[in-house]
Amino acid sequence: MTTTAVAPSRHRTPGAVRRLVRRNLTAYGFLCGALICFAFFSWYPMVREILLSFQKTNFVGPPEWVGLDNFRTVTEDSAFAAAWYNTAAFTLLALVIGYAVPFVLAIVLNELRHAKAYLRFVVYLPVMLPPAVAVLLFKWFYDPGPGLFNQILALAHLPGLSWLDSTSTALVSLVIVSTWMNLGTGTLIYLAALQSIPSELYEAAELDGAGLFKRVWHVTIPQTKLILLVMLLLQIVATMQVFIEPYLLTGGGPENATVTVAYLMYQYAFSFGNFGGGGALGLMLMIVLMVFSAIYLRVSRDDKI
Amino acid sequence: MKPRNLAILLSAGIAFAAAGCGSDAGSTPDAKSSQGSAASGAAAAPVTITVGCKPPKNNPKEAAQWDADVAAFQKPHPDITVEGKDAFPCIVPETFQAKLAGGEMEDVFYVYYTDVQKIIAAGQAADITPYLDSVPALKNIRPDVISVFKSGDKVYGLPRVNYSTGLVYNRKLFTQAGLDPDQPPKTWADVQAAAKKIAALGPGYVGYGEYSAGNTGGWHFTSSIYGRGGDIVTPDGKKAAFNSPQGKAVLENLKQMRWTDDSMGTKQLLRWEDLMRMMGSGKLGMMIGAPDVVKEVNNTFKGKFDDYGVTGLPEAQYSLSGGDGYMFNPKATPEQIKAGLAWLEYKFLTPGQGQFNYERAKADGLPVGLPDIDLFGTTEPGTKIQDLRKQFATVPVEHFQPYVDANAAVQFKLEPPKAQEIYAVLDTPMSAVLTRQDANIDQLLSDAAKKVDNILAKSS
Repeated sequence: MTTTAVAPSRHRTPGAVRRLVRRNLTAYGFLCGALICFAFFSWYPMVREILLSFQKTNFVGPPEWVGLDNFRTVTEDSAFAAAWYNTAAFTLLALVIGYAVPFVLAIVLNELRHAKAYLRFVVYLPVMLPPAVAVLLFKWFYDPGPGLFNQILALAHLPGLSWLDSTSTALVSLVIVSTWMNLGTGTLIYLAALQSIPSELYEAAELDGAGLFKRVWHVTIPQTKLILLVMLLLQIVATMQVFIEPYLLTGGGPENATVTVAYLMYQYAFSFGNFGGGGALGLMLMIVLMVFSAIYLRVSRDDKI
Repeated sequence: MKPRNLAILLSAGIAFAAAGCGSDAGSTPDAKSSQGSAASGAAAAPVTITVGCKPPKNNPKEAAQWDADVAAFQKPHPDITVEGKDAFPCIVPETFQAKLAGGEMEDVFYVYYTDVQKIIAAGQAADITPYLDSVPALKNIRPDVISVFKSGDKVYGLPRVNYSTGLVYNRKLFTQAGLDPDQPPKTWADVQAAAKKIAALGPGYVGYGEYSAGNTGGWHFTSSIYGRGGDIVTPDGKKAAFNSPQGKAVLENLKQMRWTDDSMGTKQLLRWEDLMRMMGSGKLGMMIGAPDVVKEVNNTFKGKFDDYGVTGLPEAQYSLSGGDGYMFNPKATPEQIKAGLAWLEYKFLTPGQGQFNYERAKADGLPVGLPDIDLFGTTEPGTKIQDLRKQFATVPVEHFQPYVDANAAVQFKLEPPKAQEIYAVLDTPMSAVLTRQDANIDQLLSDAAKKVDNILAKSS
């Protein structure tokens, strides 16, 4: 395939090449814009961050190369193991809760006959809220005293929970916030995938006597397999970078129960003024995320998504 | 427009924008330096200084006062141009480093005490020792206050505001709870008893509030242990010193109020703005703090000066000092540093003018009378400032007299080295005793001490 595509151009005359370039000039122009944007706002900061993780800098004088010192500093930090554990736990919980809920919701929305547009809007509404506003809203919901959730539990004659104030519930509480904030986007993507499934498949399944569960299991899931896989990987990459929830709701507490890698990175860079340490953590996180991104690229290439 | 032209235009625009970002960040400090260098070559050449923490536009009265002070200062100093940079808050960790990296840091920049030693250690402030002869006010500044800005024999900045930690309380709630607001707590047992009575007023009332997240828990642990005569690190700064009877007493007291007395409310992991909001809402009885808390609660959180009082930290012989000041950009020229020092002395260190122009503040309807700035102690300018403050007071000064009286016998104490790192560690025991009834205080302090030993070992 590649050989046949390239071979003819090798025999083109200089005049033909010039014509080809001229014809594609517009495309090159647009490409340059994108390349410049990526170079300055994506690749340069990335390279700078990698360099930073091997340097000690005060942003005034020239940086000093310190080898692996920054990595040693952060790995010897008592919060380091907790941060990775919490990040992994958050990612896992976000998959269990945050991955399944939008899919189920999309199936329900797809099955509805009335008020579809209204309900889609309602589901998508949290995405439109600025994250800080959404998080602070939950701060009130989680208040162990007059908070909404404990009021609801009280109405059901159930004991209130400490939510953010307990080491056993704090992380789950953050997952709930994160799920609520992001479920609109996932739901809409799943909904689009569901609507592309030919209705004949469902009709055939119904004729074969399949109930709702069997239709979902044998038609919906196989038909949306690729999008489910891509969303899974994208969600892993996104949730591993969790920052705003612990930053605004718990400050990493109680007892480091919600310290995440991104939060620790922030602490190093901005609270402790150690950008090298922050950079080292960032590089570690980037490598882990690159593994998942590579899987995503492989999956999307193989399945031509 | 043809697509090709549009593409070229877009690409060129993006390239210029990106190049603009780079060149602006790179050229600003150099340009300033070269201007400054040129200035240093010629005697009395014009010099321009940028100064941080000008009051923001949404605070028009104080912003107008700043402008008036700049105009008055520039009359006898026609060669100096002061360019105030307004911001609120005046410093945020996220922008501090970015401003330095981007060459946008002011020549004279604002800092909290908490950050001063970190900035000095990182080499991010200029040594101003050689220029201090031009600051006559310096000889009257309290030595413990100026020591905040010192490292060895070198001085890196000047203070603007200085206070020691005390106990802020809601006088209205004291009255409601049957307590005498003119007899505020003197011991921790008094605090405990008062907190119980206030919490008993009903749901939502919190007798005593305390921080435990975002490094603020460690900060207040430091305040409390200092007050009890304990310390955070050993005198040589090499080992943790808080795993001590005083440290244990701080945590046991909190644990008792939280779980036995139930006087600290159910919501924990509180940070700075949480307690301010609670104090402003009129449902919080007491918290560790200084008169600046009352000012903030009044200005931002809808509290009323009449409802609050401040007293000394219970049983305290020592108190953590707090405040803010100004440091100098390491790229500032000698002329800029001299000009900056002249401005700081005029605006912040002279009785009767600038921030101590209480007559003007009263005329502008701003609160006067809070003992929130103690730079000079009992020296002549210090006494003069106190007299002026009383003369033009607009807030009930008697509400803050217990704080003034208590502080006369209290020695100020500075923050420990590696303050933020240590505070982050100490958040854990603070949050543990406030969120877990079975928290093992001995274990928590021992674990935290090991972590802090590790931090100190790496920094030495």
